[in-house]
Amino acid sequence: MGFTATKASGDVYLVRVEGQLIVGNRQELKSAVQEALDNGERKFLIDFTRTGYIDSSGLGALVSISKKVREQGGELRLCGLNEDLRSLFELTKLDTLFTITDSAEQALAGF
Amino acid sequence: MTEPTSSLRLCVRRIRVPNPGGATVEVSLRVPSDVSCVEEVVDLVVRHCCSGAWCSGRFRFNLRVAIAEALANAIVAGNGEDRSKCVLIRAELLEEAIRVHVTDEGIGFDPETIGEPSLPDDLERTSGRGLFLIRRLVDDVRFNPQGNSICMTLRRQ
Repeated sequence: MGFTATKASGDVYLVRVEGQLIVGNRQELKSAVQEALDNGERKFLIDFTRTGYIDSSGLGALVSISKKVREQGGELRLCGLNEDLRSLFELTKLDTLFTITDSAEQALAGF
Repeated sequence: MTEPTSSLRLCVRRIRVPNPGGATVEVSLRVPSDVSCVEEVVDLVVRHCCSGAWCSGRFRFNLRVAIAEALANAIVAGNGEDRSKCVLIRAELLEEAIRVHVTDEGIGFDPETIGEPSLPDDLERTSGRGLFLIRRLVDDVRFNPQGNSICMTLRRQ
């Protein structure tokens, strides 16, 4: 369980969520994105390809991150959600709040 | 995870004679009020609930979501993350369904006061989606009168 952050093609800050994004580790992700924002990053992509589960606290953390990124004039995209995880976004209607693509390549191409 | 693991206590009770309409296997677990335990507890309970029984991938996912959300609510909202308090999880493995009770030591709450987080004006809420997800993913949800114990039923399709 953890996060890896790298600079993807162009000027996109890519965060991969390994394992789970839940109440026990959501603050870690929020802190990582906040630190990158403070360092001047503005384009963010969070990749869930290797993520097994996101709980409601994790969803709330993504909403919070999205707000902070927008307030700084930036953009947040999500990618790599499997069918189960995507259903959580659809049930909560959060699929209407985020730009979600199937793959990181698709997200990066449109940034 | 190291420290919280040592304080987990799992008790699996198996009833030998099948009781029509009643539980044939019961899994119970007392969990300390520590959110770092949630992942391991959910893995443990789901593994016991689905061992030896047919569970589709979607059933297993919904069970996982329901237990994780109920447990997190119990630890954070119910017990206020007070380490001196525990959460009791009790799962009854019935022939047609799995029924999971999650009980905290808090004063309880009125579930009717929880709003609808998927409405357009509430989409940007950063909390309050746990019970909503539970209600969407399980077949039946009930609370005790005090509001500190939730009972969730998932029917095997």
